[in-house]
Amino acid sequence: MKHLTFAAGVLCATGAFAQTPELTVYTYDSFVSDWGPGPQIEKAFEATCGCDLKFVTAGDGAALMARIRLEGERTGADVVLGLDTNLTAAARATNLFAPSGVEADYALPIEWSDDTFVPYDWGYFAFVHNTKLEHVPQDFLELARSDLKIIIQDPRSSTPGLGLLLWVKAAYGDQAEQVWKDLADNIVTVTKGWSEAYGLFLEGEADMVLSYTTSPAYHVIAESDTTKEAAAFDEGHYMQIEVAARLASSKQPELAQQFLQFITTDAFQSVIPTTNWMYPAVMPEGGLPEGFNDLVEPRNSLLIPEAEAEAVRDTALAEWLSALSQ
Amino acid sequence: MLRLDNIRVDNGGFFLDADLGVEPGASVAVIGPSGAGKSTLLGAIAGFHPVVRGRILWGGTDITHDTPGQRPVAMLFQDGNLFPHLTVSQNVGLGIRPDLRLNVAEEDRVRDALLRVGLRTLGERKPAALSGGQQSRAALARVLVQKRPLLLLDEPFAALGPALKAEMLDLVAALAREAKATLLMVSHDPNDARRIAEQVILVAEGRAEEPAPTEELLDNPPPALRDYLG
Amino acid sequence: MAFGAQPVRTWPGLAAAALVAAVMLAALVAVALRAETGAGLGAQDWSAIRFTVLQAALSALFSVALAIPVARALARRSFPGRGLLITLLGAPFILPVIVAVLGLLTVFGRGGWLNALLGLAGLPPVSIYGLHGVVLAHVFFNLPLATRLILQGWQEIPAERFRLAAQLGAGPREIWRLLERPMLARTAPGVAALIFAICLTSFAVALTLGGGPKATTIELAIYQAFRFDFDLGRSALLALVQIVLTLAAATLALGVSARGGFGAGLDRVVQRWDARTPGLRALDAGLILAAALFLLAPLAAIAAAGLPGLLHLPEQVYMACLVSVFVAAVSTILLLCLALPIALAAARMPLVEQAGLLGLAVSPLVLGAGLFLLINPVASPFALALPVTALVNALMALPFALRILTPKAREEVDRHARLAATLNMGAWGFFRLVLLPRMRPQIGFAAGLAAALSMGDLGVIALFADPETATLPLQIYRLMAAYRMEAASGAALLLLILSVTAFWLCDRGGRHAAP
Repeated sequence: MKHLTFAAGVLCATGAFAQTPELTVYTYDSFVSDWGPGPQIEKAFEATCGCDLKFVTAGDGAALMARIRLEGERTGADVVLGLDTNLTAAARATNLFAPSGVEADYALPIEWSDDTFVPYDWGYFAFVHNTKLEHVPQDFLELARSDLKIIIQDPRSSTPGLGLLLWVKAAYGDQAEQVWKDLADNIVTVTKGWSEAYGLFLEGEADMVLSYTTSPAYHVIAESDTTKEAAAFDEGHYMQIEVAARLASSKQPELAQQFLQFITTDAFQSVIPTTNWMYPAVMPEGGLPEGFNDLVEPRNSLLIPEAEAEAVRDTALAEWLSALSQ
Repeated sequence: MLRLDNIRVDNGGFFLDADLGVEPGASVAVIGPSGAGKSTLLGAIAGFHPVVRGRILWGGTDITHDTPGQRPVAMLFQDGNLFPHLTVSQNVGLGIRPDLRLNVAEEDRVRDALLRVGLRTLGERKPAALSGGQQSRAALARVLVQKRPLLLLDEPFAALGPALKAEMLDLVAALAREAKATLLMVSHDPNDARRIAEQVILVAEGRAEEPAPTEELLDNPPPALRDYLG
Repeated sequence: MAFGAQPVRTWPGLAAAALVAAVMLAALVAVALRAETGAGLGAQDWSAIRFTVLQAALSALFSVALAIPVARALARRSFPGRGLLITLLGAPFILPVIVAVLGLLTVFGRGGWLNALLGLAGLPPVSIYGLHGVVLAHVFFNLPLATRLILQGWQEIPAERFRLAAQLGAGPREIWRLLERPMLARTAPGVAALIFAICLTSFAVALTLGGGPKATTIELAIYQAFRFDFDLGRSALLALVQIVLTLAAATLALGVSARGGFGAGLDRVVQRWDARTPGLRALDAGLILAAALFLLAPLAAIAAAGLPGLLHLPEQVYMACLVSVFVAAVSTILLLCLALPIALAAARMPLVEQAGLLGLAVSPLVLGAGLFLLINPVASPFALALPVTALVNALMALPFALRILTPKAREEVDRHARLAATLNMGAWGFFRLVLLPRMRPQIGFAAGLAAALSMGDLGVIALFADPETATLPLQIYRLMAAYRMEAASGAALLLLILSVTAFWLCDRGGRHAAP
């Protein structure tokens, strides 16, 4: 009974504000947290759109995708923000998304010409270590030969974990399984997600942790701590590009499109570096904040094309499991 | 008048047959060998064991299928006659109103009953703080306020010393007389029967006999009783 | 007692149990029906099932085996601070997994306290990663629960029995044979089944401490099926495997633990006349000390890590505290509304308790997805976020509450039902005047556990999360995701304090009012 009253209250509330259009954006949880980009971006967009921007969250990118699939065409989302290049193929296959109509001058290391998915930030996966670490390995083979200890994430439950899987596969192809076998004795453990891994690293459980090249920037900017560094690997670094797209079923197509356009503007992009700790997809006028300029710049950007990603992913996972289960 | 009309009682696979009547206001001892079915007989009358054949009548009314609480019965067990977490007054009050929402007059009745059994000052104590005899008195006070016409005792005083037990039996007999209640009392001790019961129901080999006058039966016991009395 | 008016009604309990089972199964069916492709179970899934059963069985075995001597030591010794120790020992059980794992690793990890000590002594370091690490962590989580439940079994042996044994000149060994072993035969299998069920759905602990994909559990396989392959059919199938395993374990345990009666006894202070020898005293002291050290050291690590951040927590953390306390209060009330009737029904029909176990057996991920599929078409999951969270938390705490409440309910019904029936108390009167006051310690314990569990649980809220009203555990994850590890540690310490306080308040409330 209480639930009914509650639900009725919610219905009345939405009714009362019906004159202000509402834009519902699905995103991952850390995006909307008080320390993420969400609050600033909501304010900035609402200042220009005359609308109410509402975030709805799911755990992470993959959970977001699962939610969209569960809801199908009845989804309440107008825009989804937070898929990455490993998920776009699956997202496209659902036929739930509409062309963005957005064009921008992207500051991505690769050419971007997708008509549906709008990139909003990007980064390189990398192993982060303390600056006092000696003999920092220059590539995976050197890492495997060393007796350094690393912590990685499980590709089945974590985005960076999947990124690493594809990184090794993109760099070593058929040799990937052997590389994993050689790495096995370096891996302290595999965690469920990024937070656990990074927490264990800070506790001193390992010499290196799988994270992003941009991670040290947080420590420099927020904590004035210059003791963290990302190792540059000669094979190149795998990229993660995070994207947004609008739903074909949206009842606010103009507003959704307006939001996608907004993503490429300064108001959005300038917030990203110090809240999401990633590179902005479009360079803001003021450039990158101090602390981002000293980061490791990979010589080589790796990214498996969307069309191949799914097939490669399944092979790579099977190899990973077999190499590390022995 | 309590009438057990050719009944068969099922106590978890043990069967007891009875076909007998008890006069109103009578005091009857139920005696017999251990395991013969004395407690089963009382349990059937109180409504704890199913009657698979025959009827139980009270004053002509069929009570065979009444719930224990609906029957005209107050019963005292071998143990567990008091709730350990309630005070003596509350335990007695349960006999008047099982929800314990007593009005002033009802509380007076509780006090009177405690006075009658000699526990005037102990109403606020918990049972654990009473002696064995006092616990028995508290239970009797509740029986008193229950005002049920049929009182069943399943050896509630077995744990008491001989003098104390005799004292309790006298109290029970007195209370039953005052209330004009019918008393059925399981006993192992023929002396208990002689003390307060004018009649005896012999239970042996799965069968309860018609009440017989106490002196007569105990002085000239039938074979089953003779074996038991030794 | 098979006949006559019972002062206990079973239908409310049966209805509540049916409701619980219906919610769980409906969620499972909703996921299964939504399945598009179905690959069935592969070789990897089977190896995950084998590993899951192995680690859960070992964890249950070790938790119970270690809990027995500790509970015995606590049962026969009284010392200052015993009550506080028992409360604190409960803390690991109610910690969010991620916080507990970090605490454990501070003590047992590569650079942890234990290895530092070993290094000082010139000994080689030990590694916590592997099957033994998984079992160690599960023992850390579940030893306190096992100890509490078994300790309760000890305290339910009527004082008169110990008196009788003492009078017969029985020493510790005879008391063990006469009183303690039969009690354990009744208690321990149920506790083991419960812990087995808890460990079946373990995922983050098993993965992190297992050291890699060798330690893949069913729950992780469900994760993979759900989010990696989006194979809903396989996730539902795997969830079903979890349920079958849990119920099989429970059936086995209930079958083994034959229902034995200790009969009635008056409530007097339990006094023991055996075990007064210096050797046994030293043994008990050593056991209590070892258990305390094992369980409290990681808590101390959490406290040490959290203190610097505790003083300047962001205000959002305090908001999240309010939300968490509110959710915990609601789910505790919901839990009692479900658990009390079910416990009463289970006192008469032991099988009913199994419905409660479903709360543990159903994968949180599948439960969340299923509820989402059920609710989404009719109402906004967003609007129902808090009620659903409260309900799910209550369901998760239900099996524990039932294990705590059912034996006592059974004992009270056995002891007092006859008297209540002759007094015509009725079901409500018996509940209000006898069961509630007699079961207060157990109700307090169950409520405390529910409140604390609910406080620390992230549960299924991921799909229902309302970004505006984050709970404290969610806020901890958000702080970590934003690199703010110090604040996260502070918030984790705050959560630990809140959970233990909630537990302590309920538990103490129950015990203090006890007659």
